[in-house]
Amino acid sequence: MTDHLEAEAIEIIREAVASARNPVMMYSIGKDSSVMLHLARKAFFPAVPPFPLLHIDTGWKFKAMYAHRERMVAESGMRLLTYTNPAGKAEGVGPFTHGSNYHTDVMKTQALKQALDLHGFDVVFGGARRDEEKSRAKERVFSFRGVGHRWDPKAQRPELWNLYNTRIREGESIRVFPISNWTEQDIWTYIHRERIPIVPLYLAAERPVVERNGQLIMVDDDRYPFAPGERPVMKRVRFRTLGCWPLTAAIESDADTLEAVIAETFNARSSERQGRLIDTDEPGSMEKKKQEGYF
Amino acid sequence: MSTLTADTIGAFLDEQSRKSTLRFITCGSVDDGKSTLIGRLLFESKNIFDDQLSALESDSRRYGTQGGKVDLALLVDGLQAEREQGITIDVAYRFFATDKRRYIVADTPGHEQYTRNMATGASTADLAVILVDARKGVLTQTRRHSRIAAMMGIRHFVLAVNKMDLVGCDEPVFSAIVDEYKAFVATLGDIAVAAIPVSGLDGDNVLRPSERMPWYHGPTLMAHLDTVELGAPDRVSAFRMPIQYVNRPDLDFRGFSGRLAAGHVRVGDRVRVLPSGVVTSVRAVISGFDQAKEAVRGDSVTLTLAEEVDASRGDVIVAADAPPEVADQFEARLLWLNEHDLVPGRQYLLKSACKEVTATITAIKHREDVNTGAHMAAKALHLNEIAVVNLATSAPLVFEPYTRDRALGSFILVDKLTFATVGAGMIDFALRRASNIHWQSLSIGKDERAAQKHQRPRCIWFTGLSGSGKSTVADLVERALHAEGRHTYLLDGDNVRHGLNRDLGFTEADRVENIRRVAEVARLMVDAGLIVLVSFISPFRSERRAARDLFAPGEFVEVFVDTPLEECERRDVKGLYAKARKGELRNFTGVDSAYERPEAPEVHLHTLQHAPEELALQVIKSLG
Repeated sequence: MTDHLEAEAIEIIREAVASARNPVMMYSIGKDSSVMLHLARKAFFPAVPPFPLLHIDTGWKFKAMYAHRERMVAESGMRLLTYTNPAGKAEGVGPFTHGSNYHTDVMKTQALKQALDLHGFDVVFGGARRDEEKSRAKERVFSFRGVGHRWDPKAQRPELWNLYNTRIREGESIRVFPISNWTEQDIWTYIHRERIPIVPLYLAAERPVVERNGQLIMVDDDRYPFAPGERPVMKRVRFRTLGCWPLTAAIESDADTLEAVIAETFNARSSERQGRLIDTDEPGSMEKKKQEGYF
Repeated sequence: MSTLTADTIGAFLDEQSRKSTLRFITCGSVDDGKSTLIGRLLFESKNIFDDQLSALESDSRRYGTQGGKVDLALLVDGLQAEREQGITIDVAYRFFATDKRRYIVADTPGHEQYTRNMATGASTADLAVILVDARKGVLTQTRRHSRIAAMMGIRHFVLAVNKMDLVGCDEPVFSAIVDEYKAFVATLGDIAVAAIPVSGLDGDNVLRPSERMPWYHGPTLMAHLDTVELGAPDRVSAFRMPIQYVNRPDLDFRGFSGRLAAGHVRVGDRVRVLPSGVVTSVRAVISGFDQAKEAVRGDSVTLTLAEEVDASRGDVIVAADAPPEVADQFEARLLWLNEHDLVPGRQYLLKSACKEVTATITAIKHREDVNTGAHMAAKALHLNEIAVVNLATSAPLVFEPYTRDRALGSFILVDKLTFATVGAGMIDFALRRASNIHWQSLSIGKDERAAQKHQRPRCIWFTGLSGSGKSTVADLVERALHAEGRHTYLLDGDNVRHGLNRDLGFTEADRVENIRRVAEVARLMVDAGLIVLVSFISPFRSERRAARDLFAPGEFVEVFVDTPLEECERRDVKGLYAKARKGELRNFTGVDSAYERPEAPEVHLHTLQHAPEELALQVIKSLG
C-alpha cells in the first residue's frame, strides 16, 4: 500500500512541476513536510528537485525545528526561502499577546499570501492530508485558488482519474497536495521504512512544560508569560504534531524511539490535530482559514 | 487490535503493508442516508478517535437531524454549508481499515446538480455502494448514478437497501426493489450486484447481522467489502508508460519519468516511443534513489534508454512488439460537467495521459437518456448529460479503449478561455476516416502566390454587433486596397449565409459552425495569396480565437468595430432589433444572445467618435 501511495505522490509532484511556471514546496519542518521533501527528492533523482522550499517563519517555532531545517536544506541541496510578515514582526505579533487567531492570521495566512505574491509562485505544494480534518477531506489534489488565493469549496473543479487540470489564468494559483490519500499511520510507516530524519521533538524526552487549560505547553524560550507562581516542571513528553511552540501541546509519553512512537500512534484513541489549538477556535474554523488562503 | 509495542511494530507494519486497498464510492439519491451509512461504518469499525467523537456529539446538538441523538452523517459532511443545509455538496474522502483491507471511501453527493462531483469520486473507484431508501425504491438518481458508475468502468455494485427499519424489515419490500434494480443494471453491461438490506441509523447488517431480518442470509456490508474479489481492473498486459517529465540535470543524463499505465518493464527490454515509432531498449530503471531490475503497473519510475531518441512529455513508451493504436479521430462517451453547453465545432483543450492537444467534437451521435438508456438526437449537450460523440484532435493520440485501460482511454476537456474542466470522456475506438486522407503537398505555396501579387496575404477579421458598421468600414477598406492594386476579397456574413452557410440557423451550435466554415474559406484564400476581409458578427471569443489559430502569426488582424448596443439599436438599418425586441427573432446578438467583446484586438474602432472613412484609414495603417 505504501508503495502505491508513494508512486501516486511522485506522479502528482512530477505532473505539477511539468506544467508549472514557477513552483514551490511549502516546508514546515514537521513530519509531513519531511515526507514531502523525501518524495520530491525521489521524484527527480538524480537531479535536485527543480523548485525551492518555502518556510513561513512566524518567529515562534521550536529551536529544534530551526536546527532540523538547516540540516535538511544542506542534505538535499535545495534552495530555502524563508518569509516573515514584516508588519506583524514590527507590531510584535505573537500568540501570547495577540491570541492564537490573530497570530495565525497575520503570521501564517497573511504571511503565506505575501510570500506567494512576492515570488509569483503559480504552483504551491502542501503536505495536507484528507484524513486530518473534515474540510480537508473535501479538497481536491490540485486545489484551484482564485485571485487573492481564495478557495471556493462549493465550486471546485471536477477532478477525474489522475488527469489533473493544471491550467490557470494570470493571478490564479494551484495548491497541490501529493499526500492527500495518506493517513497518519502511512506517514509513520513510510518514515520508518525510508529512515527519514525527523525533528527529535517527536520522540519522548524530559522537557520543561507548563499545564494550561488542560494542555501541556513546552517552554521553549524566555517569551513564556508565566502567571504568578507558575513555573515549568520537567515531564517526559513528546509531540504528535509541530507548529508554533505556544500553540502546540505535548503529550506525556515514554516513546523515545521511532518504533515506540509508531506503536503509540497506532494504539492512539485521539486524533493528531487535537494538539493543535487553532482548529477548534470556532465552528468550521479550518474551512474558513482555508477559504482565506491558509493551507 | 492488541496493544502494540516497539518490539512488535515491525511485524505489524509488514502485515499492514500487505493489506490490499479497496476504493469505493457511496452514491444514490438525496436523503438515502449515504453519509449516515459511512458514519456508521467508521463508528462501528472503531475508526473514530475519541476527540472526534466528542466533537461529533457537540455538532449533533448544533446541526444534527436526529433530535439530539448522535448524527453520524456529520462525521462526513465537512463543509459548513453542508452541515447547515444537511446535504452533501462535494465528495468527501474517508479512510478506514479492517483486519482484512484498507479502505478509501468517497462519499458522493446525491443532488442532481452535483453529479459532476459524483463522477469525480467514481473515476478512481473499484466498487460502488448504491443506496436506495426502502420506502422510495429505485429513483431517477439511483439510475443516473448507476449508469455513470458503470460508464466509469466500475464492475462491482452493492445495492444497499437502507432504512429497512422504516418498512418493518419486510422481505417482500426488499425483494421487489432488488428485482427492479437488477433488471435495470443488466442493461448496463457485465456488472456484479450484491444486494444487502441495511439500516444505517441502527446498524443492521452494516457490521453486525440483523436480528430483525432473519430472512436475510447473506454477508453484512462490511463482510462483503472485506471479501469481494475485484479481479484485474484493466485488460492490457503489455508495457505502457506515458512520459510525464523529461529529467535532464546535465548533459550526461537523460531520463524519462512516468508511471506505468500497464504491464511491466525490465532492463534490456525492447521498447518503442509513440507516436514517432522509434525503437530502442531500456538501459536503466530508476526507482527512487535506486537502480531497479524491473518496474510494474502503477510504479513511478525514471527510464533511461540505450539510444539517444527524441521523446518528450506526452509521448508514450510501450512494448516494442505490442504497441497500442495511434489516431486523431475517435468515438467516445462523454459526460458533460459544465453549466455552459457543449457545442460541436468549438475547440477545447483535451488532456489524456500526459498529452495535451486541441480537440473538437465533430458530431454528437446521440445523447443517452439516463433513466432508460434511450438514444436521442442532440445538437448540444447540457450539464450532467451523457452522449456518444465523434471527436477530432489537433495531433495524434496514443490510446487504448477505456474498457481495456483506464489510463490511456480516459480524457478530460478543458475550456480554452475559462480553463474550467468541462467534460470527462472515455474513448471507445478510433475512426478510420482520417487515415485515408493524406495531405497533398503542392509545389507552388503561399509565398510564391503572394510574391506574384506583390502583397502580403492577410485575413482582416471585422467583429461587432449587428448594425455596428462592420460592412460599411470593410467595404471602404476593400475599395482603398483595390485602388492600390491589391488583390482582395470580402466575405460578408449575410452574403455567405445565402450560399455556403444556407443550412445554418442562429443557435449557438450553428453560429460556431458558421464561423468555422468562414474561417476555413478565409484560410484557403489567404493561402491563395489574397487579402481577405471577413465581416461577421462572430460573437464568441473561442471561435474568433479558433479562427486566429488557423493563420500564421501576424496574418490575422482582428478589427473590433465598437459601437454601443443602444446606438446599433437606434440605427437598426435592417429593422432586426425591433423584431428581436418583439420576440419575433430568437438568438439575436445583443438582445437574447451574448456578444463577447474582444480582449486584445489588433485594431479597436470607436465608431461614435470617427467617420467611416477615418476608421477605414485606421485599419489600412495597421496593415503596415
